[in-house]
Amino acid sequence: MISTFFRRDRLLLWGGMLLVGILLPRFSSSGLMISLLCQIGIMMIFALSYNVLLGQTGLLSFGHAIYYGAGAFATMHLLNAIGKEGSVVHVALLPLGGGVAALLLGILLGWVTTKKAGTTFAMISLGIGEMVAASSLMFPVVFGGEAGVSGNRVIDKIGLFGVTFGPQVQVYYLIVAWVFVAAMGMFALTQTPLGRMANAVRDNPERAEFVGYNTQWVRYIMLVLSGFFAGIAGGLTALTYEIVTAETLNAYTSGAVLLMTFVGGIGFFYGPMIGAILIVIMQILVGGITHAWQLYFGLLFLFMVLRAPGGFASLIAIQRRLYAAGLFGRVAPWYLVSGIPGALMLVGLIGLIEMTYAALSDEEGEGAIATIKLLGEDYALNTFGPWLAAAAVTLAGYALLQLANRRLFREWNGALATLQGDND
Amino acid sequence: MTAAIQLQGVTKNFGRTEIIKGVNLTIDRGERHAIIGPNGAGKSTLFHLISSRFPVTAGQIFLKGEEVTGLRPFEINRKGLSRSFQVTNIFHNLSVFENLRCAVLWSLGYKYSFWHRLAGLKDAHHRAEQVMEDIGLSRRHETPAGILSYAEQRALEIGITIASGADVILLDEPTAGMSKSETEDAVALIRRVTEGKTLVMVEHDMGVVFGLADRISVLVYGEIIATGTPEEIRASVAVKEAYLGTSVDHD
Amino acid sequence: MSNLEFILVTLLNGVTYGLLLFMLSSGLTLIFSMMGVLNFAHASFYMLGAYFAYQISTWVGFWPGLLVAPLLVGAIGALVERYGLRAAHRYGHVAELLFTFGLAFFMEEIVHLIWGRNSVDYRIPDELDGTLFTLFSTDFPIYKGFMMGISVAMLVALYVMLTRTRVGLIIQAALTKPDMVEALGHNVPRIFMLVFGGGSALAGLAGVIGGNAFVTEPGMAAAVGSIVFVVVVVGGLGSLGGAFVASILLGCIQTFSIAMTVSLSDIFALVGISLDKTPSISRLTITQLAPILPYLLMVAILIFRPRGLMGARES
Repeated sequence: MISTFFRRDRLLLWGGMLLVGILLPRFSSSGLMISLLCQIGIMMIFALSYNVLLGQTGLLSFGHAIYYGAGAFATMHLLNAIGKEGSVVHVALLPLGGGVAALLLGILLGWVTTKKAGTTFAMISLGIGEMVAASSLMFPVVFGGEAGVSGNRVIDKIGLFGVTFGPQVQVYYLIVAWVFVAAMGMFALTQTPLGRMANAVRDNPERAEFVGYNTQWVRYIMLVLSGFFAGIAGGLTALTYEIVTAETLNAYTSGAVLLMTFVGGIGFFYGPMIGAILIVIMQILVGGITHAWQLYFGLLFLFMVLRAPGGFASLIAIQRRLYAAGLFGRVAPWYLVSGIPGALMLVGLIGLIEMTYAALSDEEGEGAIATIKLLGEDYALNTFGPWLAAAAVTLAGYALLQLANRRLFREWNGALATLQGDND
Repeated sequence: MTAAIQLQGVTKNFGRTEIIKGVNLTIDRGERHAIIGPNGAGKSTLFHLISSRFPVTAGQIFLKGEEVTGLRPFEINRKGLSRSFQVTNIFHNLSVFENLRCAVLWSLGYKYSFWHRLAGLKDAHHRAEQVMEDIGLSRRHETPAGILSYAEQRALEIGITIASGADVILLDEPTAGMSKSETEDAVALIRRVTEGKTLVMVEHDMGVVFGLADRISVLVYGEIIATGTPEEIRASVAVKEAYLGTSVDHD
Repeated sequence: MSNLEFILVTLLNGVTYGLLLFMLSSGLTLIFSMMGVLNFAHASFYMLGAYFAYQISTWVGFWPGLLVAPLLVGAIGALVERYGLRAAHRYGHVAELLFTFGLAFFMEEIVHLIWGRNSVDYRIPDELDGTLFTLFSTDFPIYKGFMMGISVAMLVALYVMLTRTRVGLIIQAALTKPDMVEALGHNVPRIFMLVFGGGSALAGLAGVIGGNAFVTEPGMAAAVGSIVFVVVVVGGLGSLGGAFVASILLGCIQTFSIAMTVSLSDIFALVGISLDKTPSISRLTITQLAPILPYLLMVAILIFRPRGLMGARES
């Protein structure tokens, strides 16, 4: 009974997601919105593929972008190769070619990287990633040097049912379809013997060896499969932007997917998807407003590592459990009480950081007095006033937050204790 | 018929210290064999050598007549030898059921499959359910192994060990740290689940040893000084000297 | 330039660079073997050292910076251990690694914020600008000699500290048996803080003397960081001796490969094989291959000697 219920629950969830994906462009079809959605979709696949390693198999990789990049370059070359004779069907399936290319790369390199787990794996993945990134600049024929490789995704001017992948929104629907397929594939992987043994190897590799499994093989196959899905994401990037540069496979991209996946939450299947949404929004929207977005991102990441290592997904999961047990009402008001000074502190902190940026940036030219705009007023930064105000707001927010949190944590711990008591 | 386990001149050095000094031992099929001895005698080390957790320095190990010296742990496991650990060694974040299902997957031939759906594997499901019932953890079905009580974790440890259906079972101090009544339950459990199999165990509790074992070997300072039935061991002068000469362990 | 001259000069440059790498890898190794933490942000402390020294040199000159910058970096390292790493430790090694990774990211952004995205003009002081000696026809700069001197002095100091002082002996003991040392009543968390701070200070010092020899820019941490990781893998995780050998080896490989302009087809031509028809790959010169050589070495080591050159422990 219970299992059939969950199955229906799951079906609804997947169906709902698909529906939302399809309907989103109806609400806002501005260019920015569509490209934001495209990027989110691509990153969802990439982050999910990363979590096949980190969340499921316990492998912390610092070089996952090489598979993403391999998929992107392979797709771009395939696109240029089919040139004039191809059809939209071919173009729609190209990311699969990217996936296969990444899979082959995984078969080649994974054998070396997955020899070890843990810290050693992390270091080796970094080294191999750097090696691939460095070699990419050596072979301009394949990687296009600094300029990258570009192509044209519209190879069929008539198209099937008018689909030519000329308009960005058509690519968006292609991405939605691929997100759906790839996410289903990766979810299915968690429900297979290999997927479960990957969890076992993550938890206790020694015991896994003593129940008959070669842990290196488990890691290896998982890495190859994860590379395959990363390659699909890379393929979609190639189609979306019609240009692929060496940046797609460098350490920066590897780091970004790690941050994204972790902030979203590695303990839940949907965690990386939340991470992708959050980070891409930050990147594109916040990044459009301030140069400091990466700093905020770094702060958010450090905060999550120290305070909420389960990521946003685990925070959501706890609220759901509290809600299901009827305890959510008990803590919700205190979220609000803590939220106000928290927001105050954040405003102060952002003010300080932005002012520092403004004061130190040399965009204005030598000698000009840096100013900061707030509510339409310009404030000069060569006086103490604005600095003092921002610092005061930050400190006041911090102090009040500590005070409010004391109560929040008491309620929280109480609620969690009740929750655990119910389960026992 | 060949022996279940045969050790020939098995030696293990850690640095310059010789921990196991040329052990010869034959354990017959279907036998319940206990290895006893004072602390630091090398009992656990001997287990680690048989199960290939550590490589031997010298000597040969045969499993059911086939040489297994130098194989990797998973290779020995696939040949039908399964072991438990003194310090509980389970999959902490997985549920009790998942722990047991992981333990049966290889032996049922699913290997590294990513084309089977776990939920559809009736045989794995039934086998895991059955072992769960055998070890008395059915009501803990969905509980993550990490939050089980100590005695429950020890039972799960044995469950994982026997789940694959291996016919040679090594148990390393299965009752360590248990209360009197927990020990009794554990002994009954061991007796039940190793029916018809070869059992080798390291154990400190003499009640358990003399109650369960068909034969006993006494390991002192890396050497087997006596092997025999419980009566023979009780009567052995060498054993008495060894135990009186050192300190007898009663815990 | 004769072959002998080329070899000697490049060797000197390689050893100088290798010693600098060892100042970084020794701290990383000590931190790793004591705390089990692979400090991803280690090279970021190197970067901080360079930037601090630059800032101080613009105010009061190079020499005060030589002392103050490493101390400042060390203090920051100690604070990071006390208030960051220790909190992350509760969630295990992956969380610690992630924390140091986030820290590296964060420090790079801070550098962007304060000093901008371009390189800063951190110069060799006038007193050290000049020729120390001339080898055949090549001038060996004073500053290279100075770098060597500082590195060797640090090396000796580190050795004496580890083998002759009480705290050094405790650190050595804690390397192998942290629980035992704690049981003996030594405050292991405080020693951890000390080691982390000390390792960071060492990295900072490397930054002070390396920043002006090379270039001080926000990307310097990432560039050196991955090489230092290669050093640690090649030398063997947790082995100071291995880290030393690997540092010198990699230092020499990098300087030699950058200085050599022969291509693969030239090498094959020496043994009589002509590769004229084959495409780009054989026309690559050793110099062009230089960036990937360390990683190729790492892969080779992993395949043929997974424990590293002198590693004691597996994994």
